[in-house]
Amino acid sequence: MKITDIIKPLDLKVISGHNGLSNEISGGYVSDLLSDVMGYAKEGEIWITLQTHQNIIAVASLKDVSAIIIVKGAVPETDTIVKSNIENIPVLSTDLDTFNITGCLFELLKME
Amino acid sequence: MQFRHKIAGGDFAKAGNVASSLKKVLRQLNIDHTVSKRIVIALYEGEVNVVAHAYSGVIEVEIDEEKVKINITDKGPGIIDIEKAMKEGYSTATSQVREMGFGAGMGLSNMKKNSDLMKISSVPGEGTIVELLNYIRPDAR
Ligand SMILES: Nc1ncnc2c1ncn2[C@@H]1O[C@H](COP(=O)(O)OP(=O)(O)O)[C@@H](O)[C@H]1O
Ligand SMILES: [Mg+2]
Repeated sequence: MKITDIIKPLDLKVISGHNGLSNEISGGYVSDLLSDVMGYAKEGEIWITLQTHQNIIAVASLKDVSAIIIVKGAVPETDTIVKSNIENIPVLSTDLDTFNITGCLFELLKME
Repeated sequence: MQFRHKIAGGDFAKAGNVASSLKKVLRQLNIDHTVSKRIVIALYEGEVNVVAHAYSGVIEVEIDEEKVKINITDKGPGIIDIEKAMKEGYSTATSQVREMGFGAGMGLSNMKKNSDLMKISSVPGEGTIVELLNYIRPDAR
């Protein structure tokens, strides 16, 4: 499944990083601690977080995650958007909280 | 092949830039993916520690056919109890830094896990030197 395939079913808003929308999804990782993501997220996973500052793009890009989903309708900083476009890491937004969006994504990926 | 980068303490906007540039170099050199992933994780954490805990620092990277050696030297408060600092979860990061998702106290243990050899030496009140070594052949460890 690609990032494009989950936008509609999960009702996600694509904020930036459009060039990465064809990234293949290998799974998901949920954390708001950057070192936790650095240490344990795997390549191709979607990273779900409430962090919105630009350092999430550095982490996402170093770890080759497929996209970032920002929860609870939070709006990322301008620097985050700029960097996500440079690194081609899609930043997606949901109004749902972490528990609910993770559940929905889990169900969707399970169907594959 | 050698590189040298300067790091400014407190400059979170640039945190990760050195790791990101090394990642590109390792890719160009066709270094094994698993090996380069570990190096990048260890360097990122070391770089962030200078930004979060020290005043300024220098990162030196040396690559040969056998290994990647990274020295991170900073001027800063130093680490008084290195053993305690290595414990997962121990952090002296400010609440502001924690709110950003840094300061989980996992940095040094991530560095340990993702390097083949790690050495920390520190003079409290002066600074810290972290040496990281990774062998390029995954089976050389
Ligand atoms: N370069 C450094 N200079 C001074 N103190 C450091 C340095 N690196 C690590 N430390 C100390 O060790 C602690 C643990 O480091 P680490 O495991 O990276 O966790 P974190 O950076 O999330 O606090 C830090 O909170 C800090 O007190
Ligand atoms: Mg740290």
